[in-house]
Amino acid sequence: MLNRQGRPTAAGEAGTNAHPTFTGNKALAQVEPLIFEVGRYDVTGVDLDEPEDFKPRLGGLERKEAIGLPGLSEPETMRHYVRLSQMNYGIDTGLFPLGSCTMKHNARLNERVARLPGFSDVHPLQPVSTVQGALELMSELGRYLVTLTNMTTVALSPKAGAHGELCGMMAIKAAIEAKGEGATRNVVLVPDSAHGTNPATAALIGFKVRPVPAREDGWVHVEDVKKLLGPDVAAIMLTNPNTCGLFENQVAEIAKAIHDAGAYFYCDGANFNAIVGKARPGDLGVDAMHINLHKTFSTPHGGGGPGSGPVVLSARLAPFAPVPFVTVDKDGFRLVEQEEDADEKPFGRMTAFHGQMGMYVRALSYMLSHGSDGMRQASEDAVLNANYIRAGLSDLMTLPFGDKPCMHEVLFDDAWLKDTGVTTLDVAKAMIDEGYHPMTMYFPLVVHGAMLIEPTESESKTSLDLFIATLRDLAMAAKNGDTARFTGAPYHAPRRRLDETRAARNPVLKWTPPAPLAEAAE
Amino acid sequence: MRYLPLSETDRGEMLARIGVKHVDELFADVPKSLLLDGPVDLPRRKGELEVERILSRMSSKNVSASSVPFFVGAGAYKHHVPATVDHLIQRSEFLTSYTPYQPEIAQGTLQYLFEFQTQVAALTGMDVANASMYDGSTGTGEAVLMAHRVTKRRKAVLSGGLHPHYVDVVKTLSDMASDDVTVLPPDVMADEDILAQIDDSVSCVVVQSPDVFGNVRDLKAIADKAHQHGALLIAVFTEVVSLGLLESPGAMGADIVVGEGQSIGNALNFGGPYVGLFATQSKYVRQMPGRLCGETVDADGTRGFVLTLSTREQHIRRDKATSNICTNSGLCCLAFTIHMTLLGEAGLARLARINHANAVKLADALGAVKGVEVLNKTFFNEFTIKLSKNAAEVVEQLAAKGVLAGVPVSRLLPGANLDNLLLVASTEVNTDDDRAALAAALKEVL
Repeated sequence: MLNRQGRPTAAGEAGTNAHPTFTGNKALAQVEPLIFEVGRYDVTGVDLDEPEDFKPRLGGLERKEAIGLPGLSEPETMRHYVRLSQMNYGIDTGLFPLGSCTMKHNARLNERVARLPGFSDVHPLQPVSTVQGALELMSELGRYLVTLTNMTTVALSPKAGAHGELCGMMAIKAAIEAKGEGATRNVVLVPDSAHGTNPATAALIGFKVRPVPAREDGWVHVEDVKKLLGPDVAAIMLTNPNTCGLFENQVAEIAKAIHDAGAYFYCDGANFNAIVGKARPGDLGVDAMHINLHKTFSTPHGGGGPGSGPVVLSARLAPFAPVPFVTVDKDGFRLVEQEEDADEKPFGRMTAFHGQMGMYVRALSYMLSHGSDGMRQASEDAVLNANYIRAGLSDLMTLPFGDKPCMHEVLFDDAWLKDTGVTTLDVAKAMIDEGYHPMTMYFPLVVHGAMLIEPTESESKTSLDLFIATLRDLAMAAKNGDTARFTGAPYHAPRRRLDETRAARNPVLKWTPPAPLAEAAE
Repeated sequence: MRYLPLSETDRGEMLARIGVKHVDELFADVPKSLLLDGPVDLPRRKGELEVERILSRMSSKNVSASSVPFFVGAGAYKHHVPATVDHLIQRSEFLTSYTPYQPEIAQGTLQYLFEFQTQVAALTGMDVANASMYDGSTGTGEAVLMAHRVTKRRKAVLSGGLHPHYVDVVKTLSDMASDDVTVLPPDVMADEDILAQIDDSVSCVVVQSPDVFGNVRDLKAIADKAHQHGALLIAVFTEVVSLGLLESPGAMGADIVVGEGQSIGNALNFGGPYVGLFATQSKYVRQMPGRLCGETVDADGTRGFVLTLSTREQHIRRDKATSNICTNSGLCCLAFTIHMTLLGEAGLARLARINHANAVKLADALGAVKGVEVLNKTFFNEFTIKLSKNAAEVVEQLAAKGVLAGVPVSRLLPGANLDNLLLVASTEVNTDDDRAALAAALKEVL
């Protein structure tokens, strides 16, 4: 069952100098220079006709010097980027168990419909009468999100998860100021296990962060929260399901304590994929929650974006939702773009225009395809898959909070690596050699050497079985002293382990032309 | 469900292996009364054909830019994007990859980010660029926060030529963070006295060129005065193609350059996703927001790329981070860098000249229409006209005639008494026939 083919036993055997080639290429693995090393300044891959002579009206501010942008012809361009793509790992390559990131299947239907001209080729400031279908789509997406969460309204415009957090916390700040408590309520409670974006967001708009300490069982305890509550507390930012892969089992009590203290409950919805169609954040007492469309609703991660982070809001916060938003009346869909045109008290604007329309189309396509039954099934399968991995590995790897059911991701620590000379990072790099993208490592911070595995509902049982067998083999190898398999890894990736310290110590952040020989000789 | 690989048999075997009878036992931590006993009240699953039909019907209710004479701009521009771009960004390895946290298997993403950073630095005339922001408006908000960190002052001065949505984004962020913002009144003719606003209390001056009314602005005097008072100049652009023809903001003394990159490689998409470009001088790099890609070597000494200087970022610094940004605009900056590579210096400069030439032709054609006055002395591919009637009404009338004429200034600045002003943009996609259609339609309604 195990794919041990080509597995090295020592660093030297798999070194790049075994059977060197003239080009440095290794068959399909091609060495690809930078565009600045192969492009030419007088080459272009776009045929355009020079305009006829005319009198410029630039006020004499024409560029006087060359920019420094080489061009490539179309075939060269195609080859350059195809070769670059071949050095990347994607969901379509293999299992991508990156905890907290929900790397699920990206259906190509969603790509196709996002490119329909009525969505991709319309301008945000066209007359509203010419974009009724686009506004209908936004309205429909909003209805789905509000229904799935049982909240009052949704602000669609935030551009990504962290931007959604900012939007939600701004709504909370606006609500607090409307009550005349702006000067006194300036503290936000954030558990130690939270994503870094939570404290960063709170600090960005002037809140002080008060940490909620971690407990040995992985849950936030209501008595810990109560101890930290006071008239100075504006909100708690709680991730649920949390970053330890657990559903906060005291969430209802925590919500009540927060509300009793006059504060608000912000829920980080990064892990919503575990409970879509199974439980609704509105029923849990949440006041604001961002939804990463690029996680839960499968809009492609695209190598780090674009994302989309709509925020659902409770009745208490709904009046403060930012502009723009879509309304509907007898004449059709309207777009409220200015604060003074709103009936309520929008706190402002998060971004130019109306948000990530391209992502809205993809997310709605996902939701229509799954339907309410399919989304519920997807969450159950995501949770089932994570627990199947837990059951398959719990005897060899260590679970920091005991062997109990997890949500859609399972968290291991590095206690099982004690005295092996192998670290979490080494395990991750060895997984690369086995053809897997590593799990999330060293997060959450509350667990030593954390390994957070989120398989998603997109994996088959066969795929999970091979993954479990592979990790079992790695675990045995580590325990049996085969450290070279880990510490030298990866051996088979497009690059060996990269020196991140060197990159940070002497930052080289762009290409610069090599010095001419004469200069270099000085 | 076609996206879910587990069969009922699989599920049964897996539950048995886990040691539970029913999947709901795995949800035991959810309060029982709150666990839903069936699907929520939304339609059930649909096949691909049916989903495509529903969404096509919605799409067909919209008037797409390519289907009519189209002159709408004001921060987002209709350009031709080569077919190669859209093909390449849909390659699985780009489309379905994550932020390159495991650099050994993400060299594709990292190398194009490095190339992107180099291109943006060159275009803006700056030392260093980051790996993109969400868009130009949020990037401008981040630039102001960065200026506050650098100068340790908390007051921004925004030009009356800055896009009103950008103003609102900066104001929202600044109000929430209790920072000062001075917003100058709408500056249609580019004759505001921004220099008078600069003193020792100012952290940064934010000036857009070409501004929202289309005027090309000389930033040198503003940069000089800002620097005399220890303040930074933040130069903003919403039309990146203009940099192919205009003096770079860096050459005019800008300290931070931020703008919208949509025009290169990215479709209109009804406002997003777009790609924010962000560049500054080397000395400020550690105060920059967003991801940065840097060069290094691997264990064999081979050149490679990694994300770097991450000690600025939220996942390391938490509440002390330079920004809360995490996701950026990866795939949109890939589209940008591919299109820019196809253009090259020669193609970009020519594209910019065509845009400018088309706008000059349009200004001449519209200036000859009775009831139209072209207000700009200078412009790149967009300018402001004053109509004899309410511009929003004229735009509706022209839309009914199948011409999308531009953006009424009142849509961006409703209370500013600028109801007869219209922003009109012309790019390489407009033909002589398009321009004639707009002029003729205006003649009919004015």
